[in-house]
Amino acid sequence: MEPFKTHKGIAAPLDRVNVDTDAIIPKQFLRKIERTGFGKHLFHEWRFLDYEGTKENPDFVLNRPEYRKATILLTRDNFGCGSSREHAPWALYDYGFRVIVAPSFADIFYNNCTKNGILLIPLKGSEIDELFQQAIQQPMGLMSADLEKQTLTGSNGKVYRFKINAFAKTCLLKGLDQIGWTLQFENKIKAFEDKAMAARPWLNTP
Amino acid sequence: MAQTLYEKIWSAHVVRENEGDTAIIYVDRHLVHEVTSPQAFEGLRLNKRTVRCPSKTFATMDHNVSTRTKDISMAEAASRVQMETLAWNCREFRITLYDISSQDQGIVHVIGPEMGITQPGMVIVCGDSHTSTHGAFGALAFGIGTSEVEHVLATQTLQQNKAKTMQININGKLGDGATAKDIILYIIGKIGTAGATGYVVEYTGSTIRNLSMEARMTICNMSIEAGARAGMIAPDETTFAYLKGRDHAPKGAQWEQAVAYWKTLPSDAGARFDKVLTLKAEDIKPQVTWGTSPGQVVSIDDCVPDPENFRDPVERTAARNALKYMDLQQGTRMTDIAIDKVFIGSCTNGRIEDLRLAAEIARGKRVKNGILAIVVPGSGRVRRQAEREGLDKIFTDAGFEWRYAGCSMCLGMNDDRLSKGERCASSSNRNFEGRQGPGGRTHLMSPQMAALAALHGKIMDIRKFPAKK
Repeated sequence: MEPFKTHKGIAAPLDRVNVDTDAIIPKQFLRKIERTGFGKHLFHEWRFLDYEGTKENPDFVLNRPEYRKATILLTRDNFGCGSSREHAPWALYDYGFRVIVAPSFADIFYNNCTKNGILLIPLKGSEIDELFQQAIQQPMGLMSADLEKQTLTGSNGKVYRFKINAFAKTCLLKGLDQIGWTLQFENKIKAFEDKAMAARPWLNTP
Repeated sequence: MAQTLYEKIWSAHVVRENEGDTAIIYVDRHLVHEVTSPQAFEGLRLNKRTVRCPSKTFATMDHNVSTRTKDISMAEAASRVQMETLAWNCREFRITLYDISSQDQGIVHVIGPEMGITQPGMVIVCGDSHTSTHGAFGALAFGIGTSEVEHVLATQTLQQNKAKTMQININGKLGDGATAKDIILYIIGKIGTAGATGYVVEYTGSTIRNLSMEARMTICNMSIEAGARAGMIAPDETTFAYLKGRDHAPKGAQWEQAVAYWKTLPSDAGARFDKVLTLKAEDIKPQVTWGTSPGQVVSIDDCVPDPENFRDPVERTAARNALKYMDLQQGTRMTDIAIDKVFIGSCTNGRIEDLRLAAEIARGKRVKNGILAIVVPGSGRVRRQAEREGLDKIFTDAGFEWRYAGCSMCLGMNDDRLSKGERCASSSNRNFEGRQGPGGRTHLMSPQMAALAALHGKIMDIRKFPAKK
């Protein structure tokens, strides 16, 4: 995973609550066995007017000229709800998004993004409203995120502080191989297995 | 100190817990399917890692199997590649696979419990959000992404932050015609689709205690639709009776030892939850969704709501969008909505008890002309059991199609799906835009209400058509 330190870019306002992972990447695109190439199908049913994805929907926010190069997504409550498919963050990343700002995110989606170098920034509803205003009034204005400082700076220069779990922050900043990190505690895993086998032996005889 | 069920399971599974780091917890059982695993196995190979505990890992094919044939060569090319990749990965890493030709193949959340792989006190994960189903046994069970699947394969552990706890306490007798499906839809309607985000929910109270294991699984299954990390129900005699003698359940002296341990798991008297919600079962009527999120739900005798009546502007916009997508007018009675297709099945409602209840509605009746109604058992075992009881005959005599096991039209990854503009009465779990097929419109309800809708070609109030005894 690429380390995430800072990011500056155009923010696209997607004004919907409960954007689910079926909307982010519909099921017909989940049959690949690779991690790449999902970006062209991102938000397929909203982005395109036809099933084949040849006719763009000019009304969809990401198809408007001013937001075509957006790399920051502003959205509403409970973004990423539904299916656990990691194809959703793969599609967002592949399309070019590095930062998503919303009042709240679904649990599994949050974990999946942290493992794919996408920074999720939770802010209060009123702060999100301000950022929507900025993105709509000054569509080409740049916003910037600084993970070390835990700040998002709006296109008008106003600075918003956000919270992030300390471990998730470290993983993103370092682009950490999380499996490698866990495997440094292999002796503890082994010790746990020995202890659990003694206490709950039926768990080891499936 | 008094502990909750969740806290007991959590502390029995901590491998490492250090200030400032996320905890590492041990995973007892890992369930795998064809859609969210290929990239995880590939990751292992690229990093020269292997599967730590193949004997604690079980795989099946469910998401994109055909329900018309058990012949893998009949599947669409991309689906076939995914299924063959899973078979190849399971062979290479020595993982037990219930593949499409196995008698026991089925939806991962149906076969885990019915084979006794799912047991109280376990930590169970799967690359699928409806893993919360297994919480019905008093296990801590939740869905994970593909990177986490790879992590569990390599280490048999997960990095996890401890969740907050919520108790949802329901007492009394359910309203007429209401089922477990109506309980969970009612809860989601009350607390919203993010109402339990960050929480593990424990369902308690006399109503829950009186439910069968199948019904408990329906409730825990849709906990994710309220945003919960997991849903759980404390194990009791109903749980033990269900598990005893199943393939992977403990046997002999180990059974006694396991039951003694399982009896220590229920939340202690006086255990503190971060949030408590108390509901009266008698308030719960049969439920049906009108929108494109499971929280957009009303009682069957209600009407499609007016978006302008939502106070929160964001909710108001969401309701407007939903009515447009669903092609519905505010004020329309739910029982005046005509449907095109009916789906009975899924990890929510594809178990034997669900099929029995739906069959009672269908017995001796006919599916209305022009309606396609399919019944998809949750597993090969459910299908065989239903056939032993003659349920298949009841369904086919009534004009329902009787299919092979799989996820099917719940998410339409195979060829069972809605066409643009089609409306479905569905016993599944998600009414998202396009979920059952691009442009398709879903109304979630109990399996017996879905069966009733098939007979009349529109959504009906089950209380006016009780099943013949």
